[in-house]
Amino acid sequence: MNWLIAILQGALFIILAPLLAGWLKYCKCRLQNRKAPSLLQPYRDLLKLSNKQPVVSEQASWLFITAPYLIFSATALAATVVPLVVVDLPTSASADVIVMVGFFAFARFFLTLAGLDIGTAFGGMGSSREMTISSLAEPAMLMAIFTLTMTASTTNLSGAIAHVLDEGLVLRPSFVFALFALILVAIAETGRIPIDNPATHLELTMIHEAMILEYSGRYLALIEWASQLKLMLYGVLIANIFFPWGIAETFALKDLGYGLLAILGKLALLAIFLAVAETLVAKMRLFRVQEYLSFAYLLGLLGMLSHIILEASR
Amino acid sequence: MNIGQTDFYTQAILSLAALVGLTSFLMLGQSRLLRLIFVFALQGFLLTLTTSLAAYSLNNPHLYISAALTLLLKVIFIPWMLRREVLQMNIHRDVQTLKNKTMVMLGGASLMVFSYYVLHPIVQTTTPAMLNALAVSLSVVLLGMLLMISHRQAVAHVVGFMSIENGLFFAAIVATKGMPMVVELGIAFDVLVAAVLFGIFFLHIRSSIDSLDVDLLNRLNEVDK
Repeated sequence: MNWLIAILQGALFIILAPLLAGWLKYCKCRLQNRKAPSLLQPYRDLLKLSNKQPVVSEQASWLFITAPYLIFSATALAATVVPLVVVDLPTSASADVIVMVGFFAFARFFLTLAGLDIGTAFGGMGSSREMTISSLAEPAMLMAIFTLTMTASTTNLSGAIAHVLDEGLVLRPSFVFALFALILVAIAETGRIPIDNPATHLELTMIHEAMILEYSGRYLALIEWASQLKLMLYGVLIANIFFPWGIAETFALKDLGYGLLAILGKLALLAIFLAVAETLVAKMRLFRVQEYLSFAYLLGLLGMLSHIILEASR
Repeated sequence: MNIGQTDFYTQAILSLAALVGLTSFLMLGQSRLLRLIFVFALQGFLLTLTTSLAAYSLNNPHLYISAALTLLLKVIFIPWMLRREVLQMNIHRDVQTLKNKTMVMLGGASLMVFSYYVLHPIVQTTTPAMLNALAVSLSVVLLGMLLMISHRQAVAHVVGFMSIENGLFFAAIVATKGMPMVVELGIAFDVLVAAVLFGIFFLHIRSSIDSLDVDLLNRLNEVDK
């Protein structure tokens, strides 16, 4: 029963991810006075791409073909670790939050290799930028997550969320810092606006798009889907760690439905915030990204410090 | 001390302490003057919140007066005055980059650890919550000094000085549960006078070296080279 629900929840993650991307695009369009595409447009795009014949360069090795599958499955596995509608999952007992970060690193490794594989200038440029950013973002993310895990004294995400739920509303200074750090890292890692512009293929400053420029057809569909999944994963992580109220604690059908509604509402709200931020903020110069990420790291460090200084029992 | 077991007042004070510390860090990393002044006003606003919270929970009505004074002086008057001067002297578009920002920020983090380490012996004589709030306010003082050392604009120095005063004020509110009214009025008046004096200094510095970048003061020599 537990495993069934865990698998169902993973599937739900994968199915809902394009919807979140569609909703985000809808909010952004409305804020910028443009006519918005339908909420289901990302699904249509994925369908269209997967029906097209992929074109692969003759210089491509086997790595280029297998990478999209690896990236998608690693991201999907990471998604099963994160509690979406219910805590106390068998999957998050077997893999903790560090494994999740490891899955992200795995997917990114293959994405950058695939970017290098064809040998175009753009691919290599995008790969090197992605690696630069992720090498700075990952420590910041781990710092923010360690703050949470030190509070809950477990690295198991279900356990940590259950711990936060059990304690009720406690004002924790360390969580404020960790929340801001995690938001900054999430924006950097999912390639949203101050770092990377997800809506363009025609900029010299592009990062994610530069790596996947050579992909087409179903390979592109898989990679797009994986990045939508990653966006949703970060959203769920932020929503469920810091505002876990509403998530189901038992497997009763009523609780599960309530949990699903709660997480959908939280994600919709989060997407509105992201859309507002993306509308207000201009894209950053590439060489200022390290300042941005070192600020995120500093916030994570402060969160940890204030956990030890202000909260820890001694 | 586990934070889950303390009362709501302590939790709120600790959260506010953390936020005040955060604004100090934000000021340290700011390279634009107008934004620096805005963050300074934000810190003043957090102080106002702390003071009125203390007034409410300690049932100490004269703290409301000091909260109102803080709001009036540190959130409205001084930021407004600094902003007006920056706009008048037309330096609000200057981006003043720190030479080694990451080093300064990490230095700030280690100052925070240091201030905690220094205050650790006090744990025997006071409650841990008080100690934590004191450690944060000491680090706000030290971060204000670091701000004055690392930035070159005179306006940033003034903001650093004022944030040192903010740190002391925070410590006073948290540790003494409100100073006597006379002392608070005196401090508020001092800050006001200091702000006016700094305005005059700005004018003099500017008329003598035609800039507010205090590094240029090093070039002033008695003897022409």
